[in-house]
Amino acid sequence: MLKEYQTVSEIYGPLMLVEGVEGAKYGEIVDIEIGDGSMRHGQILQVDRDKVMVQIFEGTEGIDAENTKVRFLGKPMEFGVSPDILGRVFDGIGKPKDGGPAVIAKKRMNINGNPINPYARNFPNQFIQTGISTIDGLNPLVRGQKLPIFSGAGLPHDEITAQLARQATVRGEGESFAVVFAAMGITFEAAQFFIDDLTDTGAIERAVMFINLANDPAIERIATPRMALTAAEYLAFEEGMQVLVILNDMTNYCEALREISAARKEVPGRRGYPGYLYTDLATIYERAGRLKGKDGSITMIPVLTMPEDDKTHPVPDLTGYITEGQIIMSRALHRKSISPPVDVLPSLSRLKDKGIGEDKTREDHADLYNQLYAAYARGKEAQELATILGEAALSPEDQKYMKFADEFEARYISQGYYENRTIEVTLDLGWELLSMFDDSELKRIDVELIKKYMPKFRK
Amino acid sequence: MSENISGKIVKVAGPVVVAEEMGGSRMYDVVRVGEENLIGEIVELHGDCASIQVYEDTVGIGPGEKVVNTGAPLSVELGPGLISSIYDGIQRPLDQLYDLQGSYIKRGSAIPGLNRETKWEFKPTIENGTKVFGGDIVGEVQESTLLLHKIMVPAGVTGTVEGLNAGSFTVEEVIGNVVGDDGNRTELKLMQKWAVRTPRMSKKRLAPNEILVTGQRVVDAFFPIAKGGTACVPGPFGTGKTVVQHQLAKWVNADVVVYVGCGERGNEMTDVLMEFPELIDPHSGEPLMKRVVLLANTSDMPVAAREASVYTGITIAEYFRDMGYSVALMADSTSRWAEAMREISTRLEEMPAEEGYPAYLGARIASFYERAGRVVCTGSPNREGALSIIGAVSPPGGDLSDSVVQATLHVVKVFWSLQGRLAQQRHFPAIDWLTSYSFYKQYLKDVFEDVDKGEEMAKMSQLSMILLEQEAELAEIVRLVGAESISAKDRMVLETCKSIREDFLHQNAFHKVDTHTSIDKQYEILKSILHLHEQGLAAIKRGVEASEIFALKVREEIARSSFIPEKELAKVAGIRDTIDVQMKALSS
Ligand SMILES: Nc1ncnc2c1ncn2[C@@H]1O[C@H](COP(=O)(O)OP(=O)(O)O)[C@@H](O)[C@H]1O
Ligand SMILES: [Mg+2]
Repeated sequence: MLKEYQTVSEIYGPLMLVEGVEGAKYGEIVDIEIGDGSMRHGQILQVDRDKVMVQIFEGTEGIDAENTKVRFLGKPMEFGVSPDILGRVFDGIGKPKDGGPAVIAKKRMNINGNPINPYARNFPNQFIQTGISTIDGLNPLVRGQKLPIFSGAGLPHDEITAQLARQATVRGEGESFAVVFAAMGITFEAAQFFIDDLTDTGAIERAVMFINLANDPAIERIATPRMALTAAEYLAFEEGMQVLVILNDMTNYCEALREISAARKEVPGRRGYPGYLYTDLATIYERAGRLKGKDGSITMIPVLTMPEDDKTHPVPDLTGYITEGQIIMSRALHRKSISPPVDVLPSLSRLKDKGIGEDKTREDHADLYNQLYAAYARGKEAQELATILGEAALSPEDQKYMKFADEFEARYISQGYYENRTIEVTLDLGWELLSMFDDSELKRIDVELIKKYMPKFRK
Repeated sequence: MSENISGKIVKVAGPVVVAEEMGGSRMYDVVRVGEENLIGEIVELHGDCASIQVYEDTVGIGPGEKVVNTGAPLSVELGPGLISSIYDGIQRPLDQLYDLQGSYIKRGSAIPGLNRETKWEFKPTIENGTKVFGGDIVGEVQESTLLLHKIMVPAGVTGTVEGLNAGSFTVEEVIGNVVGDDGNRTELKLMQKWAVRTPRMSKKRLAPNEILVTGQRVVDAFFPIAKGGTACVPGPFGTGKTVVQHQLAKWVNADVVVYVGCGERGNEMTDVLMEFPELIDPHSGEPLMKRVVLLANTSDMPVAAREASVYTGITIAEYFRDMGYSVALMADSTSRWAEAMREISTRLEEMPAEEGYPAYLGARIASFYERAGRVVCTGSPNREGALSIIGAVSPPGGDLSDSVVQATLHVVKVFWSLQGRLAQQRHFPAIDWLTSYSFYKQYLKDVFEDVDKGEEMAKMSQLSMILLEQEAELAEIVRLVGAESISAKDRMVLETCKSIREDFLHQNAFHKVDTHTSIDKQYEILKSILHLHEQGLAAIKRGVEASEIFALKVREEIARSSFIPEKELAKVAGIRDTIDVQMKALSS
């Protein structure tokens, strides 16, 4: 028997206080019927004797204390899973949004998940070919990795995530692949762009979407990534699929969390975000991975916009502390119409060494990216010097490196959003670009590899 | 005793639960919370009202449910079976949790820290009838090929040993008795317990006076840590804190390593679990895992257990120290520990100090690092043990004014400052040579058996630092007026510094040979670099063109010297002859 309470005593921000409640449990979800008969959903944040603090996903607008009825459902928030979720679109709290029928759940899973036992993890080490040179060649992604995209307002992160969803494959294996997409506070246009892109390629059949748009209730965003990861865990670890999860945009998620924290009058941390933001984000990001004895995997690409392009802002900062690297978008490259504008030097895939080499990509991969990276770093310095002193002031050496950097940007970085390069194409392109240097300058590459792969020695 | 006191939950706020009717309870008593018997610890008492931090997820727990006091503080089990284990923050074996629960950690399991079935071969080292005191060693168990586990009389127990026999025992079986003057018998077992928040005692503290060799060149030669010393590694994300910690755990010349993964990535612990058993200890030729205890309370695991993990780790480390061993503890990252403290404090509605951290943050950090040290252990035989602590710190945005960094710098004696700039240039370890420091540098010379060699190493280290400081000044001048304007001598300094940075300080953790460099090889490489410098300066004096010196072929040999296997050490020393030959060939 569910007891119904009409004892709301306070409403503030996205929160509501209900009094005289018996048997409430921390974290349980509640149904809220407001004066006009419509329903909202909430979750218990704190129970203090008979006083219960509830966060309301759809917001408190239009709620009054007197006519609101609250029912406690005695369970945490859940999502009903079955293979039928593939091809479906849900809202931010998991209700069908595509006009289709309700999903007949095989089982209901707690969306908060459980921590993965570190002993149960399998180390991510299988190379994923994304077809994007700056990622495959220089910052390889592996199955089970969490690799965020640090973007900024007005930068084309939607294009690059769509490209990733379209092109990412593990080569030579006929395994089943799925995309789970969680939109948090992004525009209708951005969400539609992604959906259309998946539809065009037919990938939509293997996709599950959770959509919370910019004009949807902000507090829902707390649940959205957890819904998405619950779906992903089911598909990966019970149905054996290779799942790519895209969370876009985590900055909006963090703002929702900040709003609740402010309403609770918690001591604010940096920029008003709560002190537990790191832990909260970790309970989302750490759900990526591979597990011993399971075929599937969860690879995660969170997208976030850095306010003022500031990498030290709490959202990118704490994300970077949890994820296994970061792909950073560059406004300067974007202005030069280089696409995708990946800022190679500060980008990093921490698991790169685990997924490449002889049996995985090619034996020259590691030496090659070290050399390309070093040469580009030097070329960038020369580029900068040239803007200050003029090109003529550069030493012949520096001029050569600058030329390399220009070529590298124009050909290696810039490839557009629809060119899908195999890893061999990416690697060979690297060699071709390096051929402008004397062999003796290529200090980071083993001499034997130069003899084998440098274009002039081939064939 | 506070055992069996039973109260009722009145409030649940995240990891903190408040219960009433808990009168008689003591601070830090462990309690079981709710119908599911979650494990918690009392962290505040007001009258009969207790605030409890719960080590497991509290979702689904509510007012009215019972709380039962176990009467004991949070303790660890100490005895054979610790080595090669992987535990969570409250010493639950993660491998056994996996067997029991599968991939995800669920609630309410209280698996003991030490296996109850394993039999250990015990050999007494004292005769029956011997009078013993707490801390005295009564016998040994060969726990792993790398660790001889000393069985000690528990603290506070005094009397005459009876019935002590060699044999095969589980950790709970009685191996003998200690009979006190009053006739009271205390059973001796292979296992004892210790409350984690109480430091284990020692007879006397001594100042650290010996270098803990890590095989990491920038550390050993420039900013060494001592046995019993303390060090911190702060830096923004991606600068190499974890790699430094892993490298130390792998190569440090300690007898036991306790590695605490505190609120960091799950995959990093998996990495350790998969890699360490494959790595061979250079000193003994045995797998490294045979001297390691792992604690993993990753960022997605409950925060209260994360708070406890650091104490669980240090207590285990102290226990091995008390056997007379040199123990090294790595904590990655202490910032996540501090954040766990902050989260609990917030839920307790304590008055926050800076950045929302509790006012006692500094005191907690200081008393944690105070548990490091070189000591005379309690009990006989007389022995010395050492416990070194190396803590990673993860300041927001890499800002060193952060409360945790500042509180840590107050107490630690070694500071390895990781710079984002160096990491981005892929100069690893990204330890900044200009701002880092070590208070233990004077002991560097004693690492060498040969006194002269030791003195020379100390001098070379000092000279290199002076050169690197000159480099920073010269670089400024070059930036302002161009490279042509400085003297040939100064250009030699710049070239030598480049060589020190790229050929000595830079060290690739993932290269088979480069990952570890013996102190003798460090000496040889540095000596070759500085020999070239000296010879170069002399050549410039005799009128040799500087660019000819910079173009010498031998410089490539120096650049590759760190990749020369230890077995071929003579080759590194031989580089100096090549330098002399090539220098002589230069015309003046
Ligand atoms: N000594 C080293 N040798 C080679 N690469 C390193 C070294 N130290 C760090 N790195 C690189 O930097 C990355 C980040 O290092 P990590 O220790 O995880 O950083 P942090 O813990 O500070 O976030 C690693 O994945 C690796 O690619
Ligand atoms: Mg780290």
